[in-house]
Amino acid sequence: MDPNSDLFEYLRHKASWVRKETLKIHKIAPETRLASSLSPVEIFVALYYGKIIKYDPKNQKWENRDRFIISKGHGAISFYPILADLGYFDKEELGRVGQEGSFLGCIPDCIIPGFETTNGALGHGLGVACGISLALKRKERSEKVFVLLGDGELFEGSIWEAVMFAGEHRLDNLIVIIDHNKVCMLDYCRNVIDLGPLDEKFKVFKWKVETVDGHDVYPLYNALVALREDQEDKPKVLIAHTIKGKGVPSLETDALSHVKNLKAEEIDAILAELK
Amino acid sequence: MKAEIKTMRDVFIEGIYNRMYEDSTLFFISADFGSPKLDRLREKFKDRFINVGIAEQNLINISTGLALEGFTVYAYAIAPFLTMRAYEQIRINLSLHGQLKEININLIGVGAGLSYDVSGPTHHCLEDITIMRSLPNMTLFSPSDLKLTEKFVDYSIRIKKPKYLRLDGKPLPQIYDSIKDSEFQNGFKELVKGEKICLVSTGYMSHKALRVANLLNERQIRVGVIDLFMLKPLNEELFSETINPYDYVVTLEEAFINKGGLDSLVTNILTRRNSKFRIKRMGFEDTYIFDMGSREHLHKLNNLDEESIIKVIEEYR
Repeated sequence: MDPNSDLFEYLRHKASWVRKETLKIHKIAPETRLASSLSPVEIFVALYYGKIIKYDPKNQKWENRDRFIISKGHGAISFYPILADLGYFDKEELGRVGQEGSFLGCIPDCIIPGFETTNGALGHGLGVACGISLALKRKERSEKVFVLLGDGELFEGSIWEAVMFAGEHRLDNLIVIIDHNKVCMLDYCRNVIDLGPLDEKFKVFKWKVETVDGHDVYPLYNALVALREDQEDKPKVLIAHTIKGKGVPSLETDALSHVKNLKAEEIDAILAELK
Repeated sequence: MKAEIKTMRDVFIEGIYNRMYEDSTLFFISADFGSPKLDRLREKFKDRFINVGIAEQNLINISTGLALEGFTVYAYAIAPFLTMRAYEQIRINLSLHGQLKEININLIGVGAGLSYDVSGPTHHCLEDITIMRSLPNMTLFSPSDLKLTEKFVDYSIRIKKPKYLRLDGKPLPQIYDSIKDSEFQNGFKELVKGEKICLVSTGYMSHKALRVANLLNERQIRVGVIDLFMLKPLNEELFSETINPYDYVVTLEEAFINKGGLDSLVTNILTRRNSKFRIKRMGFEDTYIFDMGSREHLHKLNNLDEESIIKVIEEYR
């Protein structure tokens, strides 16, 4: 497919829109984790607008839906505009994040339509997803289980219990995307415990590994499609190289971006600059 | 009392094994923990038995995924590791999800209290009642004998909620000939009707309470015994009514006292109902047990043997 085809222009346009909406949410809900939510924007966009994931906003319990577990829960504020846009809930709700009576928290829970599980606490999502993958295989169903992991989250021991499990049990319906934005809360991951070589780690645990630029929708989309169609009897992981705070220059270069809140006027200035 | 002596875990696993034939939605997961009766189950139901390895966090997370897809899951491990190593997994994935979704996960913890007496304090389980009670949407079952445990097989399938089943590690004598559904639902049973003083106990300590009641009976002292086996949910109103004729309550548990266990449960209920009781809490003080020896030896060192309990009762009289 041509990188400039309509699909990719559409995905780029949606990613830009999602980024703006995420900034607007952060403006009314400063407790949201902005930088962490900006790095997986293209991943969400490719999965949902690229229709890599099977979903039905009108029937959230649709048996044929793919399951999507967002393990890095706090970094999923950018998923709110997508869910609203697709009809999971009213777009007006986006203006009430973190406010009294809203179901949209600064960290998402599974009371929100479109969220399968609650993942504010890190390190749970992959193990739960492994259980879902196993259940689908036992039921001989063809749906896939997608998981979004943060890289800082990879410090949790429970992640590696699940990594070993998935490889051993050949959970080939499991597709993990690592939002490899290189920054945890207090520092760059490499200054805490170097995660590298990440691809080798997964390989030795019997996973299929691919690596991609997580902000370029063209290779990202193609990599996701390829993993979805992959027939090898292994769990699959896509290491998506991303930038924490992508789109906001002051966040992109800040080791403490995770806990940085932008002032309203800063957000207005960025919104004006973004196309 | 009947002569039959089996471990509660074998009785329970046998019950699940039989149900797995007819119910293809039952799934059994172990954190590398066994039992003689489990060998047959894992051989027969290879596709619905999984050993996740010594990985309690993953045990809970895998169970959650299976339960979200409609399976009824039994997650099996040594009690202190199951509840304490994986507490946050239980909190988020069972307790919290259990409020919003139907998930039927049955945590089967073996080794309540001092079951693993000579294995020392890492294997003693003296905190689980306190911490598991504090979780919303969690059922807490602490049976004293085989009949109650057997009854829980059906309950575990029928009631589609997260549950914690704390089982003794040792074979214990049978207490109940049978138990009616209604009695089971109440969560407790007055095994002995007494006067003035009532012993309220759970699990292994209910056997000791019965022994104490028998010993005192020989001396014409009639103490009541209540076996509290379903700590949550419990028919609190009926419990209060049952205990109302007594003046003194002695709680007996193989757990730390004064920090949220059976003693707190009973005290809270009675206080809320403005009862006039005097309560003596018996269990373990705020310290781990490094002494070596049998369960009864450890009880003696910690004033939880029959003689010490009788001494307390005599002071009350």
